[in-house]
Amino acid sequence: MTPTSNGWEPVIVGFSCNWCSYRAADSAGMARIKYAPNVRFIRLMCSGRVDPLFVLKAFADGADAVLISGCHPGDCHYITQNYKTLRRFALLKQTLTALGLEDGRLRLVWASAAEGTILAEEIDNMVADVRKLGPLNWKARTAQRVTAAAG
Amino acid sequence: MSDGKEPRIGVYICHCGSNIAGTVDVEEVARWAGEHLPGVVVGRDYKFMCSSLGQELIEKDIHDLDLNRVVVGACSPHLHEATFRGACQRAGLNPFLFDMASLREQVSWVCADRAVATEKAKALIAGSVYRVAQNEPLEPIIVDINPNVLVVGGGVAGIQAALEIADAGYHVYLVDREPSIGGHMAQLDKTFPTLDCSACILTPKMFSAGTHKNITLLTYADVEKVDGFVGNFTAQIRQHARKVDVSLCTGCGVCQEKCPKKVIDDVFEAGLGYRKAVYTPFPQAVPKYPVIDVQNCTYFQKGSCKVCEKFCPTGAIKFDQQDELLTVNVGNVILATGYDLFDSRRIPQYGYGRLANVFTSMEFERLANASGPTNGKVVLRDGVTVPQSVAIVHCVGSRDRNYNSYCSAICCMQSLKFAHLVHERTGARVYNCYIDIRTPAKSYDEFYQRVLEEGTVFVRGKVAEVTDAARVPGEEGKLIVQVEDTLVGHQRRIPVDMVILSAGMEPRAGAKEVGKIFGISCSMDGWFIERHPKLDPVATMTEGIFIAGVCQGPKDIPASVSQGAAAAARVLGLICRGRISLEPVRAQVNQDQCSGCRICNNLCPFNAITFIEERGVTEINPALCQGCGTCVAACPAGAITGTHFSNTQVLAQIDGLLSVMA
Repeated sequence: MTPTSNGWEPVIVGFSCNWCSYRAADSAGMARIKYAPNVRFIRLMCSGRVDPLFVLKAFADGADAVLISGCHPGDCHYITQNYKTLRRFALLKQTLTALGLEDGRLRLVWASAAEGTILAEEIDNMVADVRKLGPLNWKARTAQRVTAAAG
Repeated sequence: MSDGKEPRIGVYICHCGSNIAGTVDVEEVARWAGEHLPGVVVGRDYKFMCSSLGQELIEKDIHDLDLNRVVVGACSPHLHEATFRGACQRAGLNPFLFDMASLREQVSWVCADRAVATEKAKALIAGSVYRVAQNEPLEPIIVDINPNVLVVGGGVAGIQAALEIADAGYHVYLVDREPSIGGHMAQLDKTFPTLDCSACILTPKMFSAGTHKNITLLTYADVEKVDGFVGNFTAQIRQHARKVDVSLCTGCGVCQEKCPKKVIDDVFEAGLGYRKAVYTPFPQAVPKYPVIDVQNCTYFQKGSCKVCEKFCPTGAIKFDQQDELLTVNVGNVILATGYDLFDSRRIPQYGYGRLANVFTSMEFERLANASGPTNGKVVLRDGVTVPQSVAIVHCVGSRDRNYNSYCSAICCMQSLKFAHLVHERTGARVYNCYIDIRTPAKSYDEFYQRVLEEGTVFVRGKVAEVTDAARVPGEEGKLIVQVEDTLVGHQRRIPVDMVILSAGMEPRAGAKEVGKIFGISCSMDGWFIERHPKLDPVATMTEGIFIAGVCQGPKDIPASVSQGAAAAARVLGLICRGRISLEPVRAQVNQDQCSGCRICNNLCPFNAITFIEERGVTEINPALCQGCGTCVAACPAGAITGTHFSNTQVLAQIDGLLSVMA
């Protein structure tokens, strides 16, 4: 894990479902796996609870990337709700790309309760990618676009 | 806050001994929270927050400092959220006015850098503080528990569970898809380490289950659909048509005797023996009523015969009997659906299915069984020749990355039992080819010592191949077991007459589908997932659904029986309480804001969302709602709120998490 040259570290907001993926994070902890500390998780009952509003708010508040994690399709504690997450994610991704957000800043990861190592690995990969993309700085970018449009 | 009062938040950072404090500067986080976070009136750190002293710290502050919100930074909420909610409740604070941040599993245990970990801890605490300020007091939803219980699977675990509950005075529906209960245990000859005859110890329990006034036995039946929630499940069960009227059948067996159609019995006899088209699976079957195997019955396939009907003294044969659909209402379910044997044909180099005298463990059980196809004589496939040498192969399909990585728990003891039985019945020379000898339970290792003393040859090595291709004269006509003897350090070719493969246990072929019916999931290996592998092995993540026996993972008979009893105890505990409180995490529709777009209507797998045609709005049934929040996120008008995970709360948490930036 190489930090950036000026020491800047991405801040990533994570949305985790209460069942498989939160337990995957717990599992990684219990196994003492060391992974990138940049993801700050919010626990929800299901990945299906993730409102696109939350993702936009996270970016607007200063997050450089957002991670959504849930149970594998077919394993959702609420049976089919992670399929809805998948559909919503597809539309959200398209929308954010249209708004100029780079690929890699919004990621969806499925992790089962036993897959602590996999979750840790995905987080490490994501942080490495976001380091390369640099800070998002949503407010500054939006301000720039507004100024450019006005001028 | 929503009640108009100013938040007065207490923040408590746990050291967890050195688990958290060793990496995170807990005193600094507590001090910082107390001084910098909005609404926080006190920030404390303590060595073990979950201890009684730690909890009293919270309770005292609630009283003395008039706290109306509490945040604890400690281990995972899955461990102690309930503990701290309890502390709040005891001090008179609604338990939902509490939030917990995981500073251990998500920070100190996964991050080595003290400065970075402390920073992350502050961010997570800030998130919790901002969030908890928006929490609302909630009251749990109380539901009644229907005292009836559904037990799915009539093997030894299911039978045990059913008997415990029935003996306690409550009604059990015991369902099994086979014509008789008994499961795999009924197929076994002797059980280790006592060498009790399996049927002798099982059949009394089967009989009790079959005649118990509190047990409704539904064999040759499948559960097709389950609706509802803990305390109030509705199950639809398909009773397949036996083609026999059980109110008239006396179990005399004449139909079986006279039936001219023989069928290879690949269920009970593991393919070694025959049954008839109208049959009971074994003589001690419970219930004793036969079934007609429609796929193989001459009447159903060709239209002629009807010998059974002709000979039946009570006229119990009913060819036009139809399947029956039953609906039962129960409060709890115990799944004890057992396992399938690993298919040894998947390992072609062991020759099963190709070389005649290679047998699977279950085939050998039937061979050795006095009521089996050879009346208990251990003979080769020709039905006559007694083997002079037998090799027993351990770990077939288990502990093998090519098939199943797990250990099947019973095969070592089973292989030792076979060694003993072969020795006893035939005096043959016996070779056990093993990787390790696993004999952990009571009297198990003593059994191993006994088998050693009987003269069994133990070869430590995983068998590479079983072949009939002889290389030297002594190998002609034999099966040659090619194995590396790792303790001696060279390859061996052992010529034997018979090879027994100790095949592993696998989850049932339809386990995933069964899991879906009951709303539980399977692990990567296919076993049902328990609520906690160490501390809660018989409960699942779904309230009211319990698991017992091998369906939860490979285990021996005593462990299966224990789990059956454990699941029964859990269910009886719920029945005794009579009512259960459910987490009030639910969705509700503000019908003034609902525009009737119905986008949410198809999103609920629990059928909690219904549309009221007359008023053109949607409503949610709080008893059926499980609180996932998917409809909350979907509503374009924001008309649905999710209690305890409202937009206000989550957005506040995002603000808090991102308020701590380097």
